[in-house]
Amino acid sequence: MIQVEQLTKYYGANLALDRVSFQVAEGEILGFLGPNGAGKTTTMRILTGFLPPSDGKVTVAGYDVFQDSLEARRRIGYLPETVPLYREMTVHDYLDFCAAIRGVNQRERAIGRVLEACSLGDVEHTLIAKLSKGYRQRVGLAQALIHDPPVLILDEPTIGLDPRQILSVRQLIKSLGSKHTIILSTHILPEVSQVCQRVLIINRGRIVAEDTPERLTAGLQGGLRVRLQCAQPSADAVNLLRAIPGVTQAVQTEPHTFEVTLDAGTDRRSDLAALAVHRGWGLLELRALTLSLEDIFMQLTTEEGEAQPEAVEAQR
Amino acid sequence: MKNLWYIARRELAAYFTSPIAYVIIAVYLAVIGGLFGFILYYSREATLRYVFLHGVSLLFLVLVTQALTMRLLADEQRQGTLELLLTSPVRDWEVVLGKYLASLMVFATMVLLTGYLGLLLLRIGKPDIGPMLAGYLGYLLLGAALLAIGVFSSSLTQNQIIAAIVGMGITLLLWLSGALVDLVGGAVGQVFAYLPIFDHYIDLVRGVIDTKDIVYYLSVTAVFLFFSVRVVESRRWK
Repeated sequence: MIQVEQLTKYYGANLALDRVSFQVAEGEILGFLGPNGAGKTTTMRILTGFLPPSDGKVTVAGYDVFQDSLEARRRIGYLPETVPLYREMTVHDYLDFCAAIRGVNQRERAIGRVLEACSLGDVEHTLIAKLSKGYRQRVGLAQALIHDPPVLILDEPTIGLDPRQILSVRQLIKSLGSKHTIILSTHILPEVSQVCQRVLIINRGRIVAEDTPERLTAGLQGGLRVRLQCAQPSADAVNLLRAIPGVTQAVQTEPHTFEVTLDAGTDRRSDLAALAVHRGWGLLELRALTLSLEDIFMQLTTEEGEAQPEAVEAQR
Repeated sequence: MKNLWYIARRELAAYFTSPIAYVIIAVYLAVIGGLFGFILYYSREATLRYVFLHGVSLLFLVLVTQALTMRLLADEQRQGTLELLLTSPVRDWEVVLGKYLASLMVFATMVLLTGYLGLLLLRIGKPDIGPMLAGYLGYLLLGAALLAIGVFSSSLTQNQIIAAIVGMGITLLLWLSGALVDLVGGAVGQVFAYLPIFDHYIDLVRGVIDTKDIVYYLSVTAVFLFFSVRVVESRRWK
């Protein structure tokens, strides 16, 4: 549904996007993750035809967003980072205007549909200037949905919402996923694992990882990491642990605690347990450590030389 | 084409839901009415010519047109709503023309409302109707050109004050460009003779309807609207 090939964007001499390529299948929800200034908004602006690419090709629903811009735009619903609202209009009039310029035929019906989907019924005739941030965000979302586009591009859709609203918007996005192809960018990592089927992590204009949230958290850490705690480990415990085949690394983190990293694709936890029992160390705990998406994110987007977060440090 | 109307209609609603249009129209009518009374008192002539030609009304026309247009594209850029328009299936020229059309409609309303001055003259004297209508035509054409200049300067910036100042600057430079005729001389100098924005208007107010003058205002309007579209488009080439 969306194809991005070798997308490159320069702002003057600044390279904002460096040969970014990815695809989104119909009905898929893709999460776009990255620190500020990584190129998320730039990518979305190019996808929606607001900015031209310096190089590369983007097609949405079969239309080149640059050559066949109008046709592509007809099929995209877009919620920009700063929600584009006319403050002096009522919610109803604003949505009516958005419906009109997107060529919606039965505008009142479309308005009713998005008001309900975004729970905006009670503010239909309120001036947008008087709405709270959460409502404004939802009006922005309603605007993106008004012409029932096959493709939705949402730049930080849950920003500024309170926790309950965040849940309902996520629910809404998830439910839209069956009929629409969605790209959403976010800072909030749990959001990605809850809503998206696939994650794309972008840093400094480059894609640094692309996978399902589950595989990212499992796969990226290399081998399995295990925390081993014993009541009275022997002095040479670290060396003994290292001697087990399949163990790449063993570190004593506390007097009675070890962190052991296993080869990717192996699971020698039973060997560890056997060793501890056999040597009479008094096994207290044997636990697999999984990296959270936060850790993965930090690991992928933290530059060398910067302070490394603990989880990454420990893994080395 | 439909989109042009949707944009214009939204813009008209914006003029009238905020106090902008009411304030501008009220102040305009007060100033022109005052000027009319003052001129009538001293000249005792049943004509609008002096009202049309008075420095106050010309200067005020420059201010009013820039006040009407300075918001149009600058505010869209500042609020981020331009992103909404440009990512909707709307052509760039539809956005620019739609907005221009809205400002033109407000301006025309304003000028029509001064029609009561003409009616007043008809009651108390015997004004020459031909020159009066020609004067109105000139006034509308001049205003249309000034509005286009305003739309253009509004496309350049997100700041309304800057837009207004740039618009006034362009207008005043066009006014002064007549001085270059002798300075430059030759064929190029003659081009400058055609440029001063108020000169053509003066002919029309005198009751001389010359195609040349009408073409002048229509071309100034077209050129500045064309530039505005290019400026809006330019963000797609950057």
